[in-house]
Amino acid sequence: MSATIDQLVNREYQYGFSTDIEAETLPPGLSEETVRFISAKKQEPEWLLEWRLKAYRRWLTMKEPHWPNVTYEPIDYQASSYYSAPKSIKGVGSLDEVDPKLLETYAKLGISLNEQKRMNGVAVDAVFDSVSVGTSFREELAKEGIIFCSFGEAVREHGDLVRQYLGTVIPYSDNFFAALNSAVFSDGSFCYIPKGVKCPMELSTYFRINQATTGQFERTLIVADEGSYVSYLEGCTAPKRDTNQLHAAVVEIIALDSATVKYSTVQNWYAGDENGLGGIYNFVTKRGKAMKNAKISWTQVETGSAITWKYPSVILQGDNSVGEFYSVAVASKMQQADTGTKMIHIGRNTKSNIVSKGISAMKGQNSYRGKVHILPKAEGARNYTQCDSMLVGNECGAHTFPYIEVQNNSAILEHEASTSKIGEDQIFYLKQRGLDAEQAVSMIVSGFCKEVFKELPMEFALEAQQLLGITLEGSVG
Amino acid sequence: MLEIRDLHAAVDGTPILKGISLTVNAGEVHAVMGPNGSGKSTLAQVLAGHPAYEITGGEILYHGENLAEMDAEVRAQQGVFLAFQYPVEIPGVSNAYFLRAAYNAKRKAKGLDEVDPMEFLDLVEEQLKLVDMDPAMLHRSVNAGFSGGEKKRNEILQMAVLTPTLAILDETDSGLDIDALRIVANGVNALKRPDNAAIVVTHYQRLLNYIVPDYVHVLAGGRIVKSGGKELALELEARGYDWLLEAVA
Repeated sequence: MSATIDQLVNREYQYGFSTDIEAETLPPGLSEETVRFISAKKQEPEWLLEWRLKAYRRWLTMKEPHWPNVTYEPIDYQASSYYSAPKSIKGVGSLDEVDPKLLETYAKLGISLNEQKRMNGVAVDAVFDSVSVGTSFREELAKEGIIFCSFGEAVREHGDLVRQYLGTVIPYSDNFFAALNSAVFSDGSFCYIPKGVKCPMELSTYFRINQATTGQFERTLIVADEGSYVSYLEGCTAPKRDTNQLHAAVVEIIALDSATVKYSTVQNWYAGDENGLGGIYNFVTKRGKAMKNAKISWTQVETGSAITWKYPSVILQGDNSVGEFYSVAVASKMQQADTGTKMIHIGRNTKSNIVSKGISAMKGQNSYRGKVHILPKAEGARNYTQCDSMLVGNECGAHTFPYIEVQNNSAILEHEASTSKIGEDQIFYLKQRGLDAEQAVSMIVSGFCKEVFKELPMEFALEAQQLLGITLEGSVG
Repeated sequence: MLEIRDLHAAVDGTPILKGISLTVNAGEVHAVMGPNGSGKSTLAQVLAGHPAYEITGGEILYHGENLAEMDAEVRAQQGVFLAFQYPVEIPGVSNAYFLRAAYNAKRKAKGLDEVDPMEFLDLVEEQLKLVDMDPAMLHRSVNAGFSGGEKKRNEILQMAVLTPTLAILDETDSGLDIDALRIVANGVNALKRPDNAAIVVTHYQRLLNYIVPDYVHVLAGGRIVKSGGKELALELEARGYDWLLEAVA
């Protein structure tokens, strides 16, 4: 029976192909010259180059963190290439002149960049290795005053906005990987929603690593002005390769007074094989700052990567602000995931809600690491944390590291945790009702993840379904 | 419909069933009784295809086909239904969704179109009345937080929806109060048709006051030690199992 489960969780990685495209790729290595090269290549203003260099110099003094519950061979930061771009990309932002090979790649990934074949009104910024391929629906969004473009373009066209907010939530000195990203980030997405505007469609960035030895260091900056709303989606895939590749991204969100930002991720980087060969090392810093009455909601479905190190967090700065974190993390094969969130309550009557679902299978190791910090002035703060683990088979592991720090006596915190195992009896029960083993496991897992999946926008819920081979519950029931 | 010939089965290498032969025809209700540890539940699990039980001898023919060679889900799709003694909880999966998935799996196996949620809801509402179940139960997670009686009624609801050809009820009466017992029994009786059959596994006679069997078999030590009509159950109620066990010893 467990052999059936293993087969199910050990399915072939669908997105493992690579695109043969002529690229301009920097030779491996990292130095101040690399940083200057990237900045020059992107025709950046002096202030940004200075910022990158400060980050680089700071990075040199920092040590890679080893507190996560993961083990891996030391990373040689000189062995990675820090810039790779298909030669055919001119960086104009429009999709009209994009190399058909690239469009084909995205089509194969199920991402349509063709506005005529609109993905139920989702605007996409497609990032291929180090650069943005193009962004769809730009004109339509511009009518509302919404800016949605590649990071590089934002620096050129909306430099003041970028300068005003860049690094205000995650300073370049924040941590080792954020510092590295700040020094060498190549592209990413930028989004600005003006005051009072409800963004009429989902915005999304689709990240694709293609080159063999390239690291990907993208940066996303989302600014939601007062009273605005945006729902943002992020997807990621990479070819199947025997070597480990580095991915160190930064996502910063600023939700000004009464703004709401919903950020959803379906992370499906290549996870490596069942012997632990290959796969992406995913070291990501994601954080949002919520001002008065603002709300930031993170939803993530983490199925890929050999190593995941990721804690999407919210600084609840303003009074009555709300932070949410909904997560499904799957660690199968030899995957190791150390993921969770930080909720930093600063303002009064701030609320945070954490729902974490960890699934471990085969030899996967899954750790939830979360911090809830109530600062002295956070009168009336509330947190609810629910942390559930599911084990499939006998060789995997689930670990929980909750940290709670309370400096105000009026705070109310709740923490619930559970661990369960997919049992032979559950599977037999469903098989006895006519469902095959695959449907049975899917049903059990989707039931387990239900609270998180219902937070995902429809388009993503379908992708998550595909990913986990899961049938989502229909409207009835 | 079902022909069991000299069936031997073991769990973890320990023999439990030691030569059972039993023929069940369409339209019949068979009661399988016996003391604890006699192999009643094992017989039910083996017929349903539980992977922990290994068939070590004999054969089971279902409509002339070798049942032992079918996967559990294929048996289910072909009309074998087991009402569990201990129904399993599936948190986060609504009863309605689960029932529809099971119903559609069976339809699909027959080459029929799947029914959509609205159609299915109409269909299931009829069956709810049969087991006197609140429609709100459809929207709760499968068996999660259900009382013992609710779980058993839910089993009969599934049986009503899936309309099995061969229903096996494994100690469905255990843990039921008299009202619940009556509801469950009424459900089973209402589902009786000339073209289906039921095997009712029970320790006590009282369920058989409501579900009247055509045949009663007494299992002891993994063998059928006595078979008879419905009056055998009454005799067992009056005299217990010991006289039978002594007779075979």
